[in-house]
Amino acid sequence: MAEMDTSSGGGHKKGPGVKKTKKASTRVDLTPMVDLGFLLITFFVFTTTMSTPTAMSMNEPKDDPNNQLKVKNSGVTTLLLGKNDQVYYYYGELSPTDASAQFKSSNFKDIRKIILDKKKATPIGDLMYIIKSDKEATFKNAIDILDEMAINAVPPGHYAEVEMSDTESQLIKMTEQANGIK
Amino acid sequence: MTAMCDVAFLLLSFFILATKTKPPEAVTVMTPSSVSTKIAKENAILVTLTKEGKVYLMLGDKAKKQAILEDVNTTKALGLSPAEMTKLRKMEFIGMPFNKIKSMLQLPEPMEPAKMEGIPVIDTLHNELTDWIGSVVRSYAGESLDNLNLLVKGDNMAKYPAFKLVKDAFKKNEIFKFKIVTNPEGVPADSELALNPPGGAPAAKEEK
Repeated sequence: MAEMDTSSGGGHKKGPGVKKTKKASTRVDLTPMVDLGFLLITFFVFTTTMSTPTAMSMNEPKDDPNNQLKVKNSGVTTLLLGKNDQVYYYYGELSPTDASAQFKSSNFKDIRKIILDKKKATPIGDLMYIIKSDKEATFKNAIDILDEMAINAVPPGHYAEVEMSDTESQLIKMTEQANGIK
Repeated sequence: MTAMCDVAFLLLSFFILATKTKPPEAVTVMTPSSVSTKIAKENAILVTLTKEGKVYLMLGDKAKKQAILEDVNTTKALGLSPAEMTKLRKMEFIGMPFNKIKSMLQLPEPMEPAKMEGIPVIDTLHNELTDWIGSVVRSYAGESLDNLNLLVKGDNMAKYPAFKLVKDAFKKNEIFKFKIVTNPEGVPADSELALNPPGGAPAAKEEK
């Protein structure tokens, strides 16, 4: 560490028997200051919150029963948010006969590809994602799925949050039981 | 040695300057993350949703706080005295049912936000937040609603129905635009958003 250099090394050589005159050094021991400096650094590194919170915009549609949006069956993907960060999805409309075959489970890691594949396969005018949240879904899930829409650059107006129907919550319950999700 | 010292003190000064003294939060909320890059504005009307499902309201807009609280006092017939109004104005968090505000203000010590029971948002019919937001909207009467900086700060683990009721309270007051407080998060590489950033080349149109 920082030591005082009191020896007058490199000076002119003096003969034997000539006494060294001790010069008063002007250098100060820096060690305590450096110690304190690092202590403060560690303190500030740990306390600093570098990230300021950001804001995500939400635009809610006006509930108007006379002005229901019509979407093409072929372009619709319904994403259902269940408990334990599970996502379920199906394309088009649930058929009454083999609903459980249409109904697929996924999670937040894989759903991005599903969203993207559908987006690429569908003309942009027909594209529609319907998001439905279960009672057990968390706030994080609701925000994450909207964030997925932003990540996949799904244009606004091509996704909407809709109330879940009873059939769908039944299906979620059945799938959860089958998959052993508590 | 000298060089290391210099770097250390440069770092030190950087961190001292970069640190923003954050007021201690009375209610801890872990916000979800999003790729949004917009910075949450200060002085907002902030609705906080905790993981237990409690709802708090913070009236950050100092200029309007008085008007909002007076409007609530008259419309909901809280019967608060001027002294109690001053007390209420000093409170940062509002998180009590209407019928308990008066008794809370009569306590000798101001109540800690964590001990409050939260604004009741039980179902569509018992949603006192609707009334609060109603007063907020009235205080902005004559102004563009764009000035209303409405933020929702929710905990990751808050349940969806609670969030839905908060949204319902906004919708009932004809507010369809609001913002959600999130933590910034990097856009995943090779995602659509990273490849076609908004405002960039109109590459998205090719898909038509």
